[in-house]
Amino acid sequence: MDQRVDGHPALRRVGKIALVAIPVAFLAYFFVYPLLSVLATGFTADGRLDFGPIDSVFRRPALLDVAWFTLWQATASTILTVVAALPAAHVLARYEFRGKRFVRAAIVVPFVLPTVVVGSAFLALLGPSGPVGIDLRHTIWAILLAHVFFNYSIVVRTVSTYWERLDPALEEAGAMLGATRFRVFWRVTLPLLRPALASAASLVFLFTFTSFGIILILGGLQYSTLDVEIWRQATGLLDFNVAAALALLQIIGITLILFLYSRYQERRSVEFEHSVAAAAKPMQSRRERLTVLANLLFMLLLLGTPLFVLIDRSFRSANGYTLAAYRNLNERVAGMAAPATTAIWNSARFAVVATLLAVAIGLAAATVIAYRRGWLSRSFDALLMLPLGTSAVTLGFGFLLAFDAPIDLRTSIWIIPIAHSMVAIPFVVRTAVPVMRSVRHRLREAAAMLGAPPNRVWREIDLPLVTRAALIGAGFAFAVSLGEFGATSFLALPSNPTLPTAIFRLLGRPGTESFSSAMALSTILMVATTVTIFAIERSRTEGLGDF
Amino acid sequence: MRRYLIMLLPLTLLAAACGNTGERAVPGTDQTSTSTEETPGDHLTLMTHDSFALSDGMLDTFTEQTGITVTVLESGDAGTMLSQAILTKDNPIADVLYGVDNTFLSRALSEGIFLEYQSPLLSSVPDSLMTDPHVTPIDFGDVCVNYDKAAFTATPPPETLADLTDPGYRDMLAVEDPASSSPGMAFLLATIATFGEDGDYTWLDYWSDLKNNGVAVASGWEEAYYSDFSGGGEGGERPLVVSYASSPAVGVYFTDPPPADAPTGSLLNGCFRQVEYAGILAGTAHQDAAAKLVDFLLSVPVQEDIPLNMFVFPANSEAKVPQVFTDFSPVPVAPVTVAVETIEQNRERWINEWTDTLR
Amino acid sequence: MLQGLRLTVTFGDTYALDAVNLTVHDSEIVAVMGPSGCGKTTLLRSLAGLQNLDIGTVTWNGRNLRNVPPHERGFGFMFQDYALFPHLSVAGNVQFGLRMQDVDWVRREERVAHVLDIVGLAGYQKRLVHELSGGEQQRVALARTLAPSPRLILLDEPIGALDRSLREHLTAEMKAIFSELSVTAIYVTHDRDEAFAIADTVAVMDSGRLIRKGTPQDLWADPRNEFVARMLGFTAIVDAKVLEGAADLGWTRFESALPPGEHRLVIPPHAVTVASDGPNTGTVSGATFRSGEYTVRFRVDDVELTGTSRRRFEIGDDISFHINPDSVLSVES
Repeated sequence: MDQRVDGHPALRRVGKIALVAIPVAFLAYFFVYPLLSVLATGFTADGRLDFGPIDSVFRRPALLDVAWFTLWQATASTILTVVAALPAAHVLARYEFRGKRFVRAAIVVPFVLPTVVVGSAFLALLGPSGPVGIDLRHTIWAILLAHVFFNYSIVVRTVSTYWERLDPALEEAGAMLGATRFRVFWRVTLPLLRPALASAASLVFLFTFTSFGIILILGGLQYSTLDVEIWRQATGLLDFNVAAALALLQIIGITLILFLYSRYQERRSVEFEHSVAAAAKPMQSRRERLTVLANLLFMLLLLGTPLFVLIDRSFRSANGYTLAAYRNLNERVAGMAAPATTAIWNSARFAVVATLLAVAIGLAAATVIAYRRGWLSRSFDALLMLPLGTSAVTLGFGFLLAFDAPIDLRTSIWIIPIAHSMVAIPFVVRTAVPVMRSVRHRLREAAAMLGAPPNRVWREIDLPLVTRAALIGAGFAFAVSLGEFGATSFLALPSNPTLPTAIFRLLGRPGTESFSSAMALSTILMVATTVTIFAIERSRTEGLGDF
Repeated sequence: MRRYLIMLLPLTLLAAACGNTGERAVPGTDQTSTSTEETPGDHLTLMTHDSFALSDGMLDTFTEQTGITVTVLESGDAGTMLSQAILTKDNPIADVLYGVDNTFLSRALSEGIFLEYQSPLLSSVPDSLMTDPHVTPIDFGDVCVNYDKAAFTATPPPETLADLTDPGYRDMLAVEDPASSSPGMAFLLATIATFGEDGDYTWLDYWSDLKNNGVAVASGWEEAYYSDFSGGGEGGERPLVVSYASSPAVGVYFTDPPPADAPTGSLLNGCFRQVEYAGILAGTAHQDAAAKLVDFLLSVPVQEDIPLNMFVFPANSEAKVPQVFTDFSPVPVAPVTVAVETIEQNRERWINEWTDTLR
Repeated sequence: MLQGLRLTVTFGDTYALDAVNLTVHDSEIVAVMGPSGCGKTTLLRSLAGLQNLDIGTVTWNGRNLRNVPPHERGFGFMFQDYALFPHLSVAGNVQFGLRMQDVDWVRREERVAHVLDIVGLAGYQKRLVHELSGGEQQRVALARTLAPSPRLILLDEPIGALDRSLREHLTAEMKAIFSELSVTAIYVTHDRDEAFAIADTVAVMDSGRLIRKGTPQDLWADPRNEFVARMLGFTAIVDAKVLEGAADLGWTRFESALPPGEHRLVIPPHAVTVASDGPNTGTVSGATFRSGEYTVRFRVDDVELTGTSRRRFEIGDDISFHINPDSVLSVES
């Protein structure tokens, strides 16, 4: 960077070191340290190095089968999700239509829903009394379908954001050279989209590789993944060593995935020099209208049906439809630690703290990643996502093992927002980095030539854009935290029910009232998420940001 | 320069707030004492599973009586809770642990996480519930097959476990996977206790027959009860499900308006008894106070509060069971059980054999 | 008045600027022309203070600007890609420089309205940058540069990204604006027509050096340098042997006042007259219709000449022409 325009070099260097140090220190202490503590139990017996557990894992064909299944179902899920989501990405990138912003916001809802809720909806849908008629509940199709449901929005949003910035002239040129629509797509568009596709596919693979709730609920006897096995070994059979060995296997797999992911990251930093006049146009022909409509219907079917089931159930009681479940939210129902409204309040509180944390750390990390190219920064970017790919059991137990000294944090409720923020940080980074990169040096020079001294350059140019990126990232972090369930279910904490845990509790109790309450809370969670993301959408005018 | 300062601001806020993390008491939750006069006394931490619940003010009563404040740590399900206790046994995070049941007890005892304690109230606890001087029984629940009365108007419901293999009850039963579900595990143990591992007809033979009779396996209680069981009210198609003896009463209690008769009932034969225990964790600095808490849990007021909050039966025979339980969920007279050491030694093998049979 | 003396910038072993001397007088518009990589952008940036000079001085009215940072020089800079601030509206962009000067908002609004009017975007204040077309963006960039009344404006290929008709139109507009406001400017471009249309003085650069400087008419009449001639668009450059007052090109001869010996001659289009009675013939290789007549390109003996005609020719036709020796130019290679 340029001293003439940007300010004092020594201060900047100190600042840069701080920016790198903060996220590194945070993750090192709150993630790497607990993780290593847990993995160590897989390698030690009575304090000495012992490879017995690892060895025994590899000797058990059942466990190796599980590892294999984990791998191939993740691959299949990823491919299916990408294929299913591409048409929608195309529609969102190329066409303007009423309600487009709402659609972009609403499709994120499945992603932030806790898996117990989604599992419940899919069980209802795929059961013998569901619309399909045959019992698909414990089949591979149920798993794949649920995975597509969850991860659809990742692909749609990542790819469409990238696609809409691609000059349509590139595709038109292909057509003019005589290529059919399909060939244009296959030979021109797809290669151009490759960076976004790789980015999205890696994320989906990450989530499906570490899939827990879906597999547990919909997997039945035949299907088990590494995450589920870790849970069973640790909490069902209390065999910690094997669980740790499996966790190690999972970490290695994830690290490999993230490594591949980071290799593709660099290629996607296409500089968009001119603000391209919006590539998305209103629908002009009947055919275009039909395309958009067909896509919207598909989305409604895929995403809306399970959600509709939930909402429907929240209004049901023994005597037909009623608002009772919602009216009862404020009462402390027997068997629950607190009324449901407390859970909502707790969720909001934790989400605020988690968001502040995630934004502070995420922005620091994003600054480093945005401005330093090269493999170091790309690896950093990928490593930030490791928490997403780590089993919740591993993390929970890691906290217990690691945090008893110097301060005993093991039963502190601060763990909740910290854990949430670790999951949210990658989203903050994903949205902030492209915005930061878009603040080209040229803009700073322009400001200087117009008379702005260095500190004012930063205030006028960087700050507003970074603020916007921070707001968008904050919105996602908030939504993710609201629905976060896994990371904190394996901790021992004073009672502070959040929305997801309250839902989980209610589902563990007989009585239609319990079930309806669970559905009501789920509906509230969905609405809160949609509102949050929609609010972000409104400020996202220039198509900056990755997600 | 300024950018760095602004980013550090949220972190300094956080650091300031972090100064409070040493305390364990969190104000504002229902289970801690927030009495205005701070009585200087001990502070106890009670570690339990997520199903723990007592009526508002119960623990406050304890504080008023003894001057001891209590923080409750919710630690996942029973298995998760126990694994956490074992992992932290050298530096325990709590003083008292409640919620370890007989299927996990042996492991807990072999890890030595408890201190010996004999509560004076044990005289009111039936001998059948007692096992080891390190732990105190607090409540018990029986895992039984529940049936939907509406489906058995013409034909009678099954009466014994063996009946379930009868072709007349084909495709009617839903069970849970013992690898991931506590009632599922309990039912598996019931079949082992009933049919045994040796002889002409072993428990695995029984499960083969169940499989041939169309048993459905759910991953957990929620799925079995709501998605499979017709008596769950959510469109399930099977009238038989492995659940708890208390479920019919609880179902009535949580349906609005409550029906005159319970729509479901339990098979009282072949139930497996799950006893829950509390124990003082070794390494605690508050042994006397912990003993008082254990006694409190076994005291009649708490024991009478437990059924409608945790849907189990009190261990203290002097405690009265609520009317809705008496009406709709009688206590099974002759439940089966398996010795705790046997469970511990064979759990994994049994689960594997079961899985192989059912796959 | 801006003066740049011995301006030199090196990147490693290469000279991006090699001892360039340049003077710009008040209200003068100097176009700096040259192929890509010739150093014209580096020149501009070093005058702006955005690029450090290895050797040389820049002075404004005699004051050395060495220690004056870019934001204090009072120069305006128009970037090739406009560098409009995406988070600000049109008005926000245009008034930026005025805000840096702490002009109060009443006067700012007036000035913004005035400047937008000048560039033909009256009423655009509230529009957002990414909604504008290329031409509109360019004009906003221009308005933004003009608003704070800089004493010198540096323009780096400001209309390079636009299509041809727009370019011609905007060039004319800018010339009018500059002249009305008595702007002092340095205008960098690779396009000859643009340079000639807008500039009072044209400077031609190649590989970091300033090769030739003069008014458009001077350059046109007397390029002096083959490189400059090519930059001006002359394609018909031939070897000729001058002997006894006549230049021999091989396929034609005509009188010449040049000293005897080998010369490089340029035959500009206005030296060529297409006439059916011409002594020379060539083969037509292309014809373009422009403004009512045809510009015909034809080949003679390996040389491509250009001429104009009202008549339409097909490729491959024969064409006869004669050359006016007075209009033939001589250049050094």
